[in-house]
Formats: sequence, C-alpha cells, structure tokens
Amino acid sequence: MDGYGGIQVSGFVRFLESLDRRWIYLAMAIAVAGPIIYIGLTGKTLPETATPAAQAVFDAIEELPSGGHVLFSFDFDPASGGELIPMATSIVRQCAARGHKMVFIALWPLGAQLVDETIKRVITADYPHMKEGVDYINFGYQAGNEAVMKVMLTDFAKAFPNSSNGTPTTQIPVVHGVTRASDFPLLVTISAGYPGAKEWIQYVVSSSGGRIKMVTGCTGVQTPQLYPYYPTQLTGMLGAIKGAAEYESIVNDAICKAHPGTTTPAKYLEAQRRMGPQLGAHLLMVVLIILGNIAFFAQKRAAAGAKS
Amino acid sequence: MKRMIPMWIAIVAGFAMLFSAFFPVTESLGEIFGDMFNVVAAIAFILGAGSLAKINLAKVSRRDPGWGYAAVTLACFALTLAAGLGKIGAAPNPKFAALAWSGDERAEGALFGWIYESALVPITSTMFALLAFYVASAAFRAFRAKNIDAILLLSTAFIVLLGRTFAGVVLTGWFPDWASGLRLENFSVYIMQVFNTAGNRAIIIGIALGVAATSLRILLGVDRSWMGTGGSK
Repeated sequence: MDGYGGIQVSGFVRFLESLDRRWIYLAMAIAVAGPIIYIGLTGKTLPETATPAAQAVFDAIEELPSGGHVLFSFDFDPASGGELIPMATSIVRQCAARGHKMVFIALWPLGAQLVDETIKRVITADYPHMKEGVDYINFGYQAGNEAVMKVMLTDFAKAFPNSSNGTPTTQIPVVHGVTRASDFPLLVTISAGYPGAKEWIQYVVSSSGGRIKMVTGCTGVQTPQLYPYYPTQLTGMLGAIKGAAEYESIVNDAICKAHPGTTTPAKYLEAQRRMGPQLGAHLLMVVLIILGNIAFFAQKRAAAGAKS
Repeated sequence: MKRMIPMWIAIVAGFAMLFSAFFPVTESLGEIFGDMFNVVAAIAFILGAGSLAKINLAKVSRRDPGWGYAAVTLACFALTLAAGLGKIGAAPNPKFAALAWSGDERAEGALFGWIYESALVPITSTMFALLAFYVASAAFRAFRAKNIDAILLLSTAFIVLLGRTFAGVVLTGWFPDWASGLRLENFSVYIMQVFNTAGNRAIIIGIALGVAATSLRILLGVDRSWMGTGGSK
C-alpha cells in the first residue's frame, strides 16, 4: 500500500504501471487467435443485422435491371485485403448472381492482381457460364489517379484503350455501347485511400449530374471521411469488416432463399468469420483502456495524497 | 527560364482544366491536358524508378549504415522489374516449345505472380496486422480521461468499439423498442452519421476553401513554392 495513500489495490496498480508491453502483445495475440481457432473448428459465425448503409449497397445492385453495366474500381492493395477482399468477393458474387455485366479497372498498381484473384475466386469458380469479354472484363491498372477519372467522363476507351490481356477496347463486346463513365448506371469502388471513393465522388459522381449511382466498400479509416457524402452522392457504403459482414449476410441469405438447400461456401463467409477476432480485439482494447485509467487515477490520487 | 517555363505550363494547363468545367467550348482543351497528364503520370514511374536506384546505389557504394537493406531493395526491384517487363511465363509457349518461360506471364506459377503471391501479399498484410499490437499498447498507456474532452473521446470510443461488434448486441440488445436508439449498435451509427458527419463536413469545406485559394495563387503565378528552391536562376 506504500506510496498510494492507503489504496487497497496498490499492488495491482504497481503491476499495471510496470506491465511490460510484450504482455499486452500476447494478450492481443490470444484475443485474436482464440476466436479464429474457435470459428475455424466449429464453423460458427456471429449473427449480423444490416445497417441502412449496407442494405443500400445490396438494394442498389438488386434494383439494377439484370444485364446492367457495373463499373468496378479496385483502389486498394493487399495490405487492406483483410478488410476489403471479403466485401469485393460478396459484391462480385451478387452482381454475377444478378447477371450484371462487370467492367473492372484499378487505379492502384496492385489492384489489377486483386481483380484477377476476385474473378478467379467468384466468377470462374461459381459462374463458369460467364464469359470473359462478354459478361465481364478486366482493364487492369491505369496510372493518373483523378486524371483517369476525368478522361473516363468523356471517353472511356481513351482512358482504357486495351483490356489487361491486350484486347482493344473497341473489340470487347461487354463495353459495346459504353462511351463514357456516365454510361455505367452503377459504380462500385473498393477503396483503401487515395485515389479512391472520395475522388470518385468528387470527379465522377458529382460531374455526372446524378446519372451514376455509386456504392463503396472502404477501410475503417476511410469510413468516417465518407459519411458526409452518404446517402446523397454515395448511395451505399460498407464500412470496414463490420460493413462487409453485414452485407455478406444479406447476400448469403438472398442467394440461399433463391436456391433453397444450398450451403454457403467458406469463401463467402470470410467477413462474418473475421467479426470473431474483431470482437476479441475490441473487448481487449476496452479492458486495456479501463486498466490504464485505473492506474492513472490511482497514481494521481497518490500524488495528491503525498502533497497534502 | 527554369522557373518560367514550368510556371507557364502550370498556368495554361490549370486555366484550361478550370474553364473546361464551365465552358463547353474549352471542353476538348481540358481533355487534351487530361490525356497529357496521364502520359506524364506514366513517365513519372520511370523517374521514380531512377530515383529509387540512385538513392539506394549511393547508399550501397558509400556503405552507409543499413546499406544491406538498400542492396536488398535494389535486388528485389531488379528482379520484379525483369519479371514484369520480361513477361516471364511459367512454362514454354506451345508455339515456341523450345523457349523456356515463353508462356503466358499471367498464368499460375509465373514469376511475377509468384513474387506477388509469395512475397508482397504476406509482407504487406503482416505490416498492416502489426498495427493491432501497437494500437493496443498505445490504448493502455496513452488513452487517459484527463479532462472533459478526453472523457467525451473515451466514451465515444467505447460506444463505437462495442457497437461495431456483437458485444453491443449482448450488452444493450435487451433495451425496449422505445429506447432502441440507445442500443450500442444503433448509437454508434448515430455518432458516425450525425456528430462525425457534422465535424467532417466542416473540415471538408475548410479544406476546399484553402485548396481553392492556394490553387488560385498557383494559377496566377503568385505562389511558386511548388517548383522547389533549386534552379532559381
């Protein structure tokens, strides 16, 4: 109790004050690994209720008539893949199930590879009847950030003269009738930063005079920055892995309802599975903040007691 | 001259882009400068590669502290560049069976894809995942309820942290319907949509005004700091 003005928890407070950060790292590792192992073994996921922003993403894709053009921009790299790949997977799955024509581009250099992976994971694996060039196409990466968006507003083929495999844009059936960005009724951007969702809103959605609807899946860091645009310029938004899990559960429910008796493959449950580790990590953060403050106030009280 | 030419390029291109948004007559001029920007952006990659090589080669040749990292950077850069530009495939092309690695460079097992899959993805994902550990340590040591502002920040953090997980549902899911707005999952959405939006909009408007003012200074040639301090003669 010495040095703490008679506080009974002095030993505990001393322990907190001298706690080595490696114990915190270990606690975080357990908080994250525990749910991963449990969910991996049992296959159980936590239930999700969709927020209006996530429901709006689903509705925007559902409301588009079957065969409508959807422009996807993969504006992220593998570093943000933990949050963004599950939502990209589910959005592409819903579009494929609805029979939409999908046009993929990337404004981040590594986005093109992520497009290829998503196409393989969803379209090639589960929708083999969809043909490259007819139902979907990957135009790959284009340098220039906002300038690419500006050029797309007036001439899509000028911004992307060839697909990623070298086919001239004019010879690709899926983009016949598409001359400019505003010919896409729906724009989906999977965004991790700059250039990303914010630039698409500022340079394309705002300039199209409301002809393009835009939905986005973005990282947790970007979510607060994009709320000011929702729901006027931004029709729907999936914020971080939580938004991805909500949206994933709606898509899975809708597909299971349309095809009763089918089971959902594990690759379409990734976001919901990751909500377990997120729960563990968030709870630990709350506990750590409380413990840190207990130590802080005990120290403050002891200092005040010593003065008096 | 070194400063006058870039300045006039910026003025002409800037005004062309500005007017193209307001006057349909100048729309095509804006497109031309947009195309030129895309070409310049692509060329900037060469400049970037040259800069990376120059800095790291200098470090290696001077044997600066950590020159080994510079050597690894250069080796990885050269390997990736060769794999990408050389379009090295995994197997021989059926048309040219005698030529090894002449197959599709985008096929499974090709060198460029292998570098991406086996090195880049794990490295970047690991770096990002490490954040959780640092944030946890920082939360324990720095997040203190020192004053009213900090208490508000802490309370908001608790609501959002719990509201974004199933813990929110467990803790407050039993609240009656008339108090459903106070359920953590709903309250966290309310905080994001109302308080966060209001604050962010104020920041966005402020930034926009600042950008407009700075842009105007550059367009009029008043602000030349973007050209740097070198080569003033």
